Amino acid sequence: MTALTILLVLVLLLVVFGLLFRLQILTSIFSGTYVREIGMSNRINAVLMLVFMVVGGAAFFWSFSENFNKMNPPVASIHGHAMERMFWTTMTVIGIAFVLTQVILFVYSYKYQHREGRRAYFFAHNNTIEVVWTIIPAIVMASLIFAGWKAWTRITGPAPKDAVVVEVMGKQFNWLVRYPGRDMKLGVVNYRLIDASNDFGFDLSDKAALDDFTTNGEIHVPKGHPVLIKIRSRDVLHAVYMPHFRVQMYAVPGMPTRFWFTPTMTTDEMRAHLGNPKFDYELACNQICGASHFAMKAKVIVDEPDDYQAWYAKQKPNSDNADMMASYKETSKSAGLGKGGSLGAKAAAIEETGETPAAPLSVQTAM
Amino acid sequence: MATNLPASAHAQGGIGTAPVPHTEHDEHLHEHDEHHDQHWLWKYVFSQDHKMIARQFLITGIFWAIVGGTLSSLFRLQLGWPEATLDWLQPLLGKWIEGGKLSKEFYLALVTMHGTIMVFFVLTAGLSGTFSNFLIPLQVGARDMASGFMNMLSYWFFFLSSVIMFISLFLETGPAASGWTIYPPLSALPQAIPGSGMGMTLWLVSMVFFIVSQLLGGVNYVTTVINLRTRGLSMSKLPLTIWAFFLTAILGILSFPVLLSAALLLVFDRSFGTSFFLSDIYIAGQALHNQGGSPVLFQHLFWFLGHPEVYIVIMPAMGMVSEILATNARKPIFGYRAMIGSLIGISLLSFVVWAHHMFVTGMNPFLGSVFMFLTLIIAVPSGVKVFNWLATLWRGNIRFTAAMLFSIGFVSLFISGGLTGIILGNATLDIQMHNTYFVVAHFHLVMGSSAFFGLFAGVYHWFPKMFGRMMDEKLGYIHFWLTFIGVYLVFMPMHYVGIAGFPRRYYSWTGFDAFSQFADLNKFISAAAILAFFAQFVFIFNFFYSIFRGRRATQNPWNSTTLEWTTPIVPGHGNWPGEIPAVYRWPYDYSKPGSEVDFIPQNVPYSQTASSNLPYEREIED
Repeated sequence: MTALTILLVLVLLLVVFGLLFRLQILTSIFSGTYVREIGMSNRINAVLMLVFMVVGGAAFFWSFSENFNKMNPPVASIHGHAMERMFWTTMTVIGIAFVLTQVILFVYSYKYQHREGRRAYFFAHNNTIEVVWTIIPAIVMASLIFAGWKAWTRITGPAPKDAVVVEVMGKQFNWLVRYPGRDMKLGVVNYRLIDASNDFGFDLSDKAALDDFTTNGEIHVPKGHPVLIKIRSRDVLHAVYMPHFRVQMYAVPGMPTRFWFTPTMTTDEMRAHLGNPKFDYELACNQICGASHFAMKAKVIVDEPDDYQAWYAKQKPNSDNADMMASYKETSKSAGLGKGGSLGAKAAAIEETGETPAAPLSVQTAM
Repeated sequence: MATNLPASAHAQGGIGTAPVPHTEHDEHLHEHDEHHDQHWLWKYVFSQDHKMIARQFLITGIFWAIVGGTLSSLFRLQLGWPEATLDWLQPLLGKWIEGGKLSKEFYLALVTMHGTIMVFFVLTAGLSGTFSNFLIPLQVGARDMASGFMNMLSYWFFFLSSVIMFISLFLETGPAASGWTIYPPLSALPQAIPGSGMGMTLWLVSMVFFIVSQLLGGVNYVTTVINLRTRGLSMSKLPLTIWAFFLTAILGILSFPVLLSAALLLVFDRSFGTSFFLSDIYIAGQALHNQGGSPVLFQHLFWFLGHPEVYIVIMPAMGMVSEILATNARKPIFGYRAMIGSLIGISLLSFVVWAHHMFVTGMNPFLGSVFMFLTLIIAVPSGVKVFNWLATLWRGNIRFTAAMLFSIGFVSLFISGGLTGIILGNATLDIQMHNTYFVVAHFHLVMGSSAFFGLFAGVYHWFPKMFGRMMDEKLGYIHFWLTFIGVYLVFMPMHYVGIAGFPRRYYSWTGFDAFSQFADLNKFISAAAILAFFAQFVFIFNFFYSIFRGRRATQNPWNSTTLEWTTPIVPGHGNWPGEIPAVYRWPYDYSKPGSEVDFIPQNVPYSQTASSNLPYEREIED
């Protein structure tokens, strides 16, 4: 009923609007102004161009500075600081180009509005000017490319040998997390071995998998230490996105990916820094993955290295998980992977990510 | 009919009278002359006349734009007011309102269909379909397209594709919901999201017909421009509109087939158990048999079309804006050859930048370096275009018609949106910005809003030629200012949200600490977006009102130089009742020194304009 009333009101409004419009046209025909000519309206539009530039520019400047702090998520990784600098440098460069070109556009629009008796200047081309404004942007772009390329190769280059390794696996709609355990080797996993008690699909015939451990979805990493995140997906595309660390990489089913970074502030330090005792680093999914895409998150906890080691030592390996050990036999049989496990060529190939398989954990010595 | 007077270039209501062009006697009436006795079915529905087909594309495009805009208003309601109850939408959306909330699946369907509709159905078919069809024969001096029949098929394949896509909106399981980029495996597995069932099937079938339509149209545009130019119209005398349509059509012909192949392989994966894009998947309690496929392969195939596609959307707008700026500034376009060169440069480069959409998808980082390099180079020709437009305004004598306002708006939006491309094209910065609202703001300004502004500019400018009547100027002004302000209010603040890292395609951000700010700003964006959408009804009213009741047009209302204004006010089938005018000069002789009038149409020979000829032109007086 309400909808019908709203519809009726809208229709009536439209009719009224149409009648008013018709009336205005009829009066303008009578008063003789119903012929297109360059008159007052041209002037009004020219002035509006200038007004738009001034008011719009001021509003933009005001809202930008007003929101500046809110739009800058705090940075907590080494490469993140470099990226942040590059971002704002580039923003300054394009900001200058933005202001220059927009001001010219609106000022010219105002200044060269139609005037009776004046004639436009016949100016068809000028090669010097063309060359200048081709070369200057080309040089600017070249320097931006160079800076970007240097940073890109460093960020995406191989992780340091002593990087801490953690693997996350995306699934609808949460993140699974595993660590290599005491042997510092991530064991083989195979998606055919996944079942209710073996979310990762551990191949327990691989010794390296026996001491791997999973967490309840929390990721612990040590501060000031390179962290290599290995990334998998077991259903659709997801993306590991950690805005505070300036980290993003897709999780692709069938193709393990990776990203490494060095956190610079522990969770506690960041809480103190922001004055927000409830702050947590977050991992968000940033590639559409289904209805609850927006709710797919994991908590990342940056510990002091000592705390990290203590936490690491407390975790229970797969071999302690009786359910998993029991169900593995069933599942491996029904998956047709044969007695004695599935360490076939196929599974090994899946594991091959191009990384050194057992990047040693420097905290290993302490354990 | 002894002489072909309608082909002359009488200026009506202008500053003076243009020189009467050189005309010749028509030896035999052209066979394409008016058919007065056509059945309405052949005249209005299954028409082979490029002008009618253009109008069909335009009106279908307007229909789709209303649908696409409505969808965006719906999901902006959710993003702006996540707490609000939307029960009042129940009559429209039915079961997609669950407990007073928009259903989460349907939210994704809304963003997916909004993107699909706007990119393909409005800004590709509605924009290029309308104006390539309408302007190519008129501006190159041809009776019609090279193949009128293929041209008709092109519209009807588009119509079929539209019907299928429209039906998919009403499915039980909802329309496609995996984003307009339909990345598998999400788009391949109905277990992953209900929209990937029948909705996705219809999406793919619809796109196949859409691609057929694009190819039929594209082949026609290219053939017509190459073969059917009138006497004297060399490629170096073509209006920039035609250059833009020509290159756009080439891009479409070369890139749409790749999307077709991606769609077909996806159909195979979905229906016939192949594994092109699927591998190692465990979903809904079951391990799938697919192995060895690569989702990244699909992304390569998709963006091989997808990136040229954004230039397919924007280049026609660039061409029309160049034309309208020159006409209304009463100045030649600055750097005509540089404008053509930059269009060609953009066209070539547009084929080698696709993977900048994929920097963080797991693609080899070395490829990322290469694509970053190529992507940032494309800023150079784009920059040249902007500078040339600005130089065209310099010392002009500007008339603010509605079309001119939208063209200036286009340049402003293209700058604002284009510059942030320099951030996103940088692989390093894209690590943080990928799939955030920064990207959304960027492409909505640079290809969404800009292309819409080009479309509006084109409609206001060529409306008199399309319908023989003028659109109301004052409503045009109101429409422009509301839209221009509205678009900036929507998309400027959206950059802030993006810099803060807000992911796109999120139903709600309240679950994240990192995205807890900006609730007010999102409300503001939503309000501005919905208002800007409603402002479009001013245009729609003006458009349909003016078709029937608008002021009658004169033959050349903007005192323009190009050939379409030498046809009768309402050109019949065949465009020129007599002989087709010949072309003698480039299309931008505005305000030429020594000439009495401030424009010299292309069909006026140099022999009639001795007083204004430049030195090199004196040598070729004929």
